[in-house]
This record gives sequence, C-alpha cells and structure tokens, in this order.
Amino acid sequence: MSLKIIVLAKQVPDTRNVGKDAMKEDGTVNRAALPAIFNPEDLNALEQALRLKDEIPGSTVTLLTMGPPRAADIIREGLFRGADGGYLLTDRAFAGADTLATSYALHEAIKKIGQFDLIISGRQAIDGDTAQVGPQVAEKLGLSQITYAEEIQSVANGKITVKRRLEHGVEIVEGKMPILVTVNGSAPDCRPRNAKLIQKYKYAKTASEQQANDDAANSRSTRANAILGEWSATDVNADPKQCGLSGSPTKVKKIESVVFQAKESKTLDSSDQQIEELIVELITNHTIG
Amino acid sequence: MSNFYLDNPSLKHHLHHPLMRRIAELKERNYADAAQYDYAPFDFEDAIDSYEKVMEIAGEVIGEVVAPNAEEVDHVGPSVVNNRVVYAPGTVENLKATIQAGLMGLSMPRRYEGLNMPMVTFIMAADMSARADAGFCNLWALQDCAETLYEFGNEDQHKRFLPRACAGETLSMDLTEPDAGSDLQAVMLKATYDEANDCWRLNGVKRFITNGDADIHLVLARSEEGTKDGRGLSMFIYDKRDGGVDVRRIENKLGIKGSPTCELTYKNAKAELCGSRKLGLIKYVMSLMNGARLGIMAQATGLSEAAYREAIAYAKDRKQFGKAIIEFPAVYEMIANIKAKLDGSRAILYETARFVDIYKILEDIEKERKLEPAEKEELKKYKKLADAFTPLGKAMTTEYANQNTYDCIQVHGGSGFMKDYTCERIYRDARITNIYEGTTQLQVVAAIRHVLTGTYLARWKEYQEELQNPELDGLKARLEKLVAIYEQIVPKVADTKDNEYIDFQARRLVEAAGHITLSYLLLLDTNRDSEAFKRSAEVYVTYAEAEVHKIQEFINEFPIESLEYYKQA
Repeated sequence: MSLKIIVLAKQVPDTRNVGKDAMKEDGTVNRAALPAIFNPEDLNALEQALRLKDEIPGSTVTLLTMGPPRAADIIREGLFRGADGGYLLTDRAFAGADTLATSYALHEAIKKIGQFDLIISGRQAIDGDTAQVGPQVAEKLGLSQITYAEEIQSVANGKITVKRRLEHGVEIVEGKMPILVTVNGSAPDCRPRNAKLIQKYKYAKTASEQQANDDAANSRSTRANAILGEWSATDVNADPKQCGLSGSPTKVKKIESVVFQAKESKTLDSSDQQIEELIVELITNHTIG
Repeated sequence: MSNFYLDNPSLKHHLHHPLMRRIAELKERNYADAAQYDYAPFDFEDAIDSYEKVMEIAGEVIGEVVAPNAEEVDHVGPSVVNNRVVYAPGTVENLKATIQAGLMGLSMPRRYEGLNMPMVTFIMAADMSARADAGFCNLWALQDCAETLYEFGNEDQHKRFLPRACAGETLSMDLTEPDAGSDLQAVMLKATYDEANDCWRLNGVKRFITNGDADIHLVLARSEEGTKDGRGLSMFIYDKRDGGVDVRRIENKLGIKGSPTCELTYKNAKAELCGSRKLGLIKYVMSLMNGARLGIMAQATGLSEAAYREAIAYAKDRKQFGKAIIEFPAVYEMIANIKAKLDGSRAILYETARFVDIYKILEDIEKERKLEPAEKEELKKYKKLADAFTPLGKAMTTEYANQNTYDCIQVHGGSGFMKDYTCERIYRDARITNIYEGTTQLQVVAAIRHVLTGTYLARWKEYQEELQNPELDGLKARLEKLVAIYEQIVPKVADTKDNEYIDFQARRLVEAAGHITLSYLLLLDTNRDSEAFKRSAEVYVTYAEAEVHKIQEFINEFPIESLEYYKQA
C-alpha cells in the first residue's frame, strides 16, 4: 500500500548563528541579518517521510509551507532531496500569524490537498520554539497525533509504529492512520541534496516567481519538471478573520535579551530545614510562585 | 555548517576557467542530451550553473559528514572479518552520504545513470575530500576505474557494470604483487581460459591493493602462458558477486588509515576480459595509471589546503613573546610558502585536468563519428600536454604536500608533535602521495622525455603570449630569465648523450620545469584574479628563482666524472 505523505515545513531565520544585529531595537527579530534556512527539525521530519517513500514504492511526499514568496525555497530544497512536489501558502493575509492562526491556515490547505495517510512535521521551529503548530493542526483536522518521534519504525495495515524520545527514555507507540507525527531533532539527519535532482528541479518556480523573472529565465521554466503550488487565503477558502494578525490571540508584550549568569554557588544538604529555607528564598525573590 | 566548496574561492576560480566553455560543449555534444534527459543542461550557462550546484553539494557532504568523521576513521580504521573488509563506521557514513547525494559516477554518461560532468569537477571533489580525509579521497577517486572500464570495455560490460558504479558500488584496480611494484611487467597473477564455462579464471596473489574488497575490480593478470614481460598481460574484470577473491590481510600503514590496503588471494576466481588480450599493461593500465595520478595530484593538493588552513589558524591563535606567532617573519614566511606551493599545486592540478578532459572527450567522440581535422589537431595537442603535465604535476604537488604538512607541524611547534592536532594526521597521510601510483623518481622518468623534446618549453611560449597584462610585466620578465637558464642547462645535460648521467640530472631538470610551469600558471591565475593570486605569484616566482639558480649551479659545476662518488658498491 503506497502512502500519501504531507510534510509541514517552515523557513526560519538561522538563530544558531546569532550575531549582534540579530534583534532590532524594538525587540523583534531582524530577519534581514539572519540567513533563511529550512527549519532543522522539519528536515528530520522530511527524512522520515523520504525513508517511507524509499521503503514503500509508489508513495509520495508533498511539502506544505507557509511564508513569504521566498519560502518557495523550502519546497525546492525538498525536491532536491527527493520530495515529489509542494505548496506554498503565501498571502499578506497570513502575515503576523501566531500558532493558532498558522495551524488554521495549514489545516485549510491540507483539506484542499485532500487525500493523505500521514502528516509529518518537525517538533518545533527554532524561531518560536512553541511546538504547538503540529498538534494544533492535528486537532483541527480531528486526527490522532504522535509527538517527539525519533523513528517511524513501520507502517502496516493502516497502522504506524513510532519510537518516541522522551525525557527519561524511549516509548514505542502505535497509531491508526491517517495520523500526524511530529519529529524530534534526535531523529536521523536529513539526507543531502541530490546531484541529479538539483539539476532536474533547479528551474521549478511558483507562478509569482515566474512572473517576476525575465524572459531568459522563463524560457528555462519549460524545464520546471515539477509544480510548485502557490495558494492564497482565498485559494484555500480560509476565513480572513482567523488568519494572520487578526486570527492571532497571542500578543508579544516585550522581548528581553536574557543573559544567564551564575554569580555564586551554594551547597545545600538534604535536611528539611535547608530545603525549607531554599523554598522561602525562591518564593521571596519570585523565582517560583 | 561548513561547506568545503563555498569556503574556498580558489575552487570557483578554477571551475570558471575560460577553457571550461569548450570542455562543457564537448562533454555535452553541443547540449544534445537536453532533449532526452530532464536534468541535462541546455547551454553553457546552464551547464556551469549545474557544475557549480553539484560542487556545492559535494562541498556540503564533505564539510558536514566526511570532515567531522576523519579523526575517528583515522583511529579506528578498517578491519578484516571472515576474509572481508569492514570499513570504519565513519567511512560507511561517508559513503552513504556520497551515494545519497548522487555524486558517484560523476563523469559517466547519462545513459549509464551518470552525471556526465567533466573530469575537472570529479577532480575538484577529490581535492575537497582530501582536505577533509585523504583516506576517503581514495575511495572517491577509485571511481576513475569506471572511466577505464568505459574507455576499454564493450557495450555489454558498460551496461552491466557502469550503472552499478554510478549507484555507488566501489571499485579497485588490482595491479601490484609482492614482486611487482614499480615494475608491473613482473606481474604473475595467472589468468587461464576455462573452456567448459566460457570464462577466465584468476589464480594468485595481489598485494597493496587499495580498497581491495571492492564490488568491481580491474585486474592485471598474465593471460599468455610462458611470457615474462608486459606483453603477456591482459586486463580483467572481477565481480565480487561471483566470489573467489579473499582478503588475506590489510596493511597497518603510516597514513591514509581509513583506506584499506589489502592482500588478496585469487582462487579460481571467475573473471572476464576487458578489451583485447595482451594490451593490459601497455595500453589499459597506462591509461588507468594516468587517471590515478591525476587523482593523487588532487589528493596532494587537498592535503596542502588542509596544511595551510591548520597552520594559519594555529599561528594566529598561538601567542608567544606577547604576540601571535604569525607576526614573526620566521613563521609568516613558512606560511606564505605553504600558500604559494598550495596555489601552484592547484594551478597545475586543474590545468592538467582540463587537458585530460579535452583529449578524453574527443577520443570518446571519435567512437561516435569521424573527427574534423581541427578536432584531430586539438586531440593530439591536449593528449600530449596531458601526457607531459601528469607526471610533472604529480611530482610537484605530492612533494609539496609533504613539504607543506611538514612545515605545518613546524608552525605548531611542540604541540604539532602531539597526537592532539590535525597536523600530525595530514603529515602521515601526505607521506604516501609521492610514493604510490608511481614514485616521484618514476614521474621524473616520464617527465624527462618532455624536458628533452621541448614540450614544456613550447607551452611556456604559449603562456607568455597569453599574458598581456602590463601589471604582470615585471614577473613575466623574471620568468623569461628562468626560461633562459632552463634553455642553457637542458642541452648541457642532454648533449653529453650519456644516459646514466642524464638520468642522474633528470630530477633537477624536471624540477626546474616544474618551478617555471607553476610560476606561469600562477601568473595566469593572477591575470584572472589579481587580488586572490598576486601574493602567491610573487612568493612563488621568488622561490622558483632561488631553486632554479641552485639547479643551474649544481649542473654547471658538476663534472661528469664525479658521478663515480655517488655510485654505491
């Protein structure tokens, strides 16, 4: 039985190499100063999808991403690694979305894609670290979900077996498909881009990228070899009120740069008295409570 | 995140050499494949863009996977279990990533699942991989055996073996034996025709076989009973799937420890003839060795790159007497020389690769159609140049890899002698480069012919013509003086007509040719990108002047009778 797999992926600023100009004065992320990359755990998710595709002939991997027009790179990156195609959700109406509005838009797009057996995404994105979007998409679609996956061990008879990486060990669980799985960074790295595929798909463009191109580049787009779908809010029948800023109850009040500093250390023994003193101290300085 | 292509602009410089337009056009047969293959380029711009992108992928795999594994691979190394080689876990990972990236079969035609890319790109990947892990570079570069199989095998063999090589099955060339090292004419491995099964059978022992447990082997064996020289040798293909060849042991080596060097026993191993009988050594292995020598030049260049980077990083970091040691002339001179020798090595490496590309592609085209007279001239010209530059380049780049890794340790001082720094590994790895695939002494034997017949001299005249840049007139004039010295010392030696004496001075003459060639190439690189190469050109020409003068002094002052003092009883 071949599988239809959707991989949710996000283009994020590379927060792993943050320089001094990473934040603007108003506390928001200075995206111009940070290179845009494929969210690392979404790459782990893509690898799990591609492994299933290798294993089960006829399976397809479709990427879905939401972002500005340049996020089409995410779909191309997926194609270079073995995915079959993808859709970019892009619209000013989606701008400023929190996790709720994002999962709303993504779930509408998935409904538009239609049939699928499995949705795989990274556990969380490195720019927000919320780990909410995957689970919310599952909820909105009425699907079961398995989080913190480290390995999809098998798929058979409509069931999926997954190894989860938890704080104190691993857990093997089984779920009924269709299902949504979020993948942990401890899962195997994604395979590299492939030399043949990069030559095959380097001219794959979204409709608006083609419009922006000059004629020379457009003549090459006859060699797109893949469709890069591009959908607006209207295309996926999304309710504008639930999209972008207007659909986002989360309001960022303030962003602070926190520097961890260990000024002094104190050694406590396990006596009740010392523990009580510590608790009182932590409550007094508002560390807890 | 490290990418060994993107962090090294000199690679891009060589990938964009003007001759690449001609190479791509020939390799792509005027872009005819584009109609048939959805990943074949339409035109030169498309082709060079694809080369660039594929090199970027190679740079990423090498930077992200191969390089971080290098130290562990060096320590763990391969082992032999039940007569089979087991690679170090890091090597397995490296191979897997390379295969997933679709980099195997880089130069093979598309109809055999290859990427149909020029030798220049294949060599560039070897250059990058040697910088990361010189042992892994061997496994990569042995793909060149596929090139030989393509060149001399028949269509049926192409169809059966080449797609497997492109899919990542590894190759080996089984040439040397306990009593046949540099002297391959002495090969004794016996090939007998098995009438009943209509196949050949191999019996005997091979020694020092790199990656000797490969999936597909090219084997040099004696097919003509009773013969004793090279004319009795043929080349065979052995498929590991057929069985019959066991790994008796692997060598414990000084360097390139990740690359298994095997002793093999052939027990009635089934094999098939590749090409014609009796041409094994005199035609096929010579071609195979030339390809392999180019691979070793790349390995040496990659090692020099590593030496430069390790040396300069340490020298900037290490403080003594209140400042970074790179500020001391004694240290920065060493590093400037490493850099100049590195840039010179890379210059001759890619110049040679371009020559090989042009003549080999034209030879391949000749199998499809008759060549135009101009193309025939072109083939002849570049074949001769490849023939001249391969031994010269192999000698120069591998000696420099040794000097550069030696100096790299010197820059590190006492720390360099400890096992804690990369410099000790690359020093050990470099040591083999001027030994295998023909020692420097044997490269001199091949190159001296071109010294005596004027091949290098004629090429320098062409370079001289090409260099029309007033900014470089000073360096150009200095080089002309060196050429004048060369024109004096070559006949001085040759005119003695004493072969032993000529052999004695050959190394010096070849080195002089090497210094002048590398100087010219660095000037040409400077001509294309002054900012990147000017310093190396200046440093190298100064070094070349000192060396050539030394050689001149030795030859001019050497009475032929003094040879007696050197002869060992």
